[in-house]
Amino acid sequence: MSRFLELNELKTYFPIFLGTVFRRAAGTVKAVDGIQLDLEKGEILGLVGESGCGKSTLARTVMQLIRNTGGAVYLEGRNLSELNPRQVRAERPNFQMIFQDPYASLNPRMTVHDALAEAIQTRGKLRKAVLTQKIAELLTTVGLPPNQMRRYPHEFSGGQRQRIAIARALAPEPKLIIADEPVSALDVSIQSQIINLLLRLCRERQLTMIFISHDISVVKYISDRIAVMYLGRLMEIGPAAAVVETPLHPYTRALVSAVPIPDPIRERARQRIILQGDPPSPLDPPSGCVFHPRCPYVKEACKRARPALEEKLPQRRAACIRIGEI
Amino acid sequence: MPLLSVENLRTYFYTRAGVVRAVDDVSFLLEPGETLGIVGESGSGKSVTCYSILGLIPQPPGRIMGGRAIFDGVDLLGCDKERLRLIRGKRISMIFQDPMTSLNPYLRVSEQLIEPLLVHEKISRRKALDQAVTSLEEVGIQDAGRRLHFYPHEFSGGMRQRVMIAMALISRPEVLIADEPTTALDVTVQAQILELIKRRQRDLGTAVIFITHDLGVIAAFCREVYVMYAGRIVESAATGEIFARPMHPYNAALQQSIPALHQKGKPLFTIPGLPPDLSKPLPGCPFSPRCTYAEPKCREQAVTLQTMAERHQTACLRYQAGELNDLRAAVGV
Repeated sequence: MSRFLELNELKTYFPIFLGTVFRRAAGTVKAVDGIQLDLEKGEILGLVGESGCGKSTLARTVMQLIRNTGGAVYLEGRNLSELNPRQVRAERPNFQMIFQDPYASLNPRMTVHDALAEAIQTRGKLRKAVLTQKIAELLTTVGLPPNQMRRYPHEFSGGQRQRIAIARALAPEPKLIIADEPVSALDVSIQSQIINLLLRLCRERQLTMIFISHDISVVKYISDRIAVMYLGRLMEIGPAAAVVETPLHPYTRALVSAVPIPDPIRERARQRIILQGDPPSPLDPPSGCVFHPRCPYVKEACKRARPALEEKLPQRRAACIRIGEI
Repeated sequence: MPLLSVENLRTYFYTRAGVVRAVDDVSFLLEPGETLGIVGESGSGKSVTCYSILGLIPQPPGRIMGGRAIFDGVDLLGCDKERLRLIRGKRISMIFQDPMTSLNPYLRVSEQLIEPLLVHEKISRRKALDQAVTSLEEVGIQDAGRRLHFYPHEFSGGMRQRVMIAMALISRPEVLIADEPTTALDVTVQAQILELIKRRQRDLGTAVIFITHDLGVIAAFCREVYVMYAGRIVESAATGEIFARPMHPYNAALQQSIPALHQKGKPLFTIPGLPPDLSKPLPGCPFSPRCTYAEPKCREQAVTLQTMAERHQTACLRYQAGELNDLRAAVGV
């Protein structure tokens, strides 16, 4: 077990109950359904998929904010899913999360100083002077003036708040960062500042990162490898540029072709694959390959057996039985 | 002859923090059947521009300080409310960003769909309902006869946006204003909706004003683009020109900061700083504090939009003076 992070057949199911007086189980939502994945130290993995595909549940399961129903999460060989809640808390300084909405993820009644102090001291109490010194350093690292540490979150703009959220995630000196749509709520000109900051931090501090986004061009730019998720399962995984430029799985193809390119000449020349309908309900997933009801290349065999995520080309895995034929 | 011509529109908001100049001297023309894009970041005034035209700005705190919006010989900003009501929802209609909050959750979709027909046309309820079914079918909703009587919450996000489009187009408007209609949707659904608007536009010959912050959507959809920054139009041109020959540093920088056009490994181009506070007076060019090319004159002199090439306007003093040439090469695409 030399991998830095390993997800072994990870499953997170949510039971659904109906009725208020006579509660009865009405089924399970398989939000994360058998994810097999490993990350090297210092690697950046991009996770893409449509809303409701289970990206955020996967992130929260790795963080152990939601405990998994089956499978295991190994961080540096240690099985996090076996730990009790207290032990998870003790481990958590090693893995931290950045959330999408910087307006909701910072406590409005805590100053920047207090929010960061709390995060730093998860590794043990510090003397006041040392603490303030550390907070100042953190703020400088994320590009904020240290003299603003006594301010409250509402005094900052969206981009600045996201910098504070990044500083807070860095405060306990984690090894793994999970960023759940960290730039989706920001304007284009601010978005590029935050992406540059995240990349620089990962490089300088040898951080491993799972970067979740629905924006494929952002993910392609930032990550080493891309994993494509659909209805709780991985459809394809491979080197970032290869997945976007020559996608193997029909779903990845449709996803990539749906993204408008900001270049009118290329945009008009290309063929767009338009999927019909919406993703099916995870409460009642289709049989066989979960993508088959929307897949343009579907045939009978796809409806029967669930395809495994297999190596189709060197370093590239995809879960589709028709890849050689299409 | 243009279908809609907006001249020198100014919309200010009187707030406790001061007067916010949300839209400051904006003019544009819309030809029949054309697709026009307005692109800008949040707070650049693109939505307020369109809300002002349709008289949807709450007054107070908002106030239309000046300008005209001529649609078929009628000034929409100056005419009385009754007159505007005859046009709005009938000849000019709108699709909003969030289909979740812009449909009434208490009313069945059928009621909301036929409302424009009942208001604007002498038509029986039954006939209106028939038309509503047809309009739902036209936007690709299957089993429309049954789904017509659903409540909004029974539809998914993409479906709700289809209902919004059906509602906006049911009265066969001449102008459709689409305010970020796909921002809340997934890319695969976005592709469906864009295709749908395009097809309906072809069928009905509607002119579309498309408001977005996504340059990719602009490239895919619009013929003519207006770039807004801090309540003003800083550049306007045909879509190809906007991308091939940017004439304003803001437009060039915006294109630079998109990861899609970027090579991996190189740091992304960033625009330093933040957009200006619109409640403070801005004497010169509003982009000058963040502009790489700014000179002292940019911060002092008032800037106006000037035509530099055929249908290509810029509000950059230095470009107008011929001091900047190839902005695309300068930032290194």
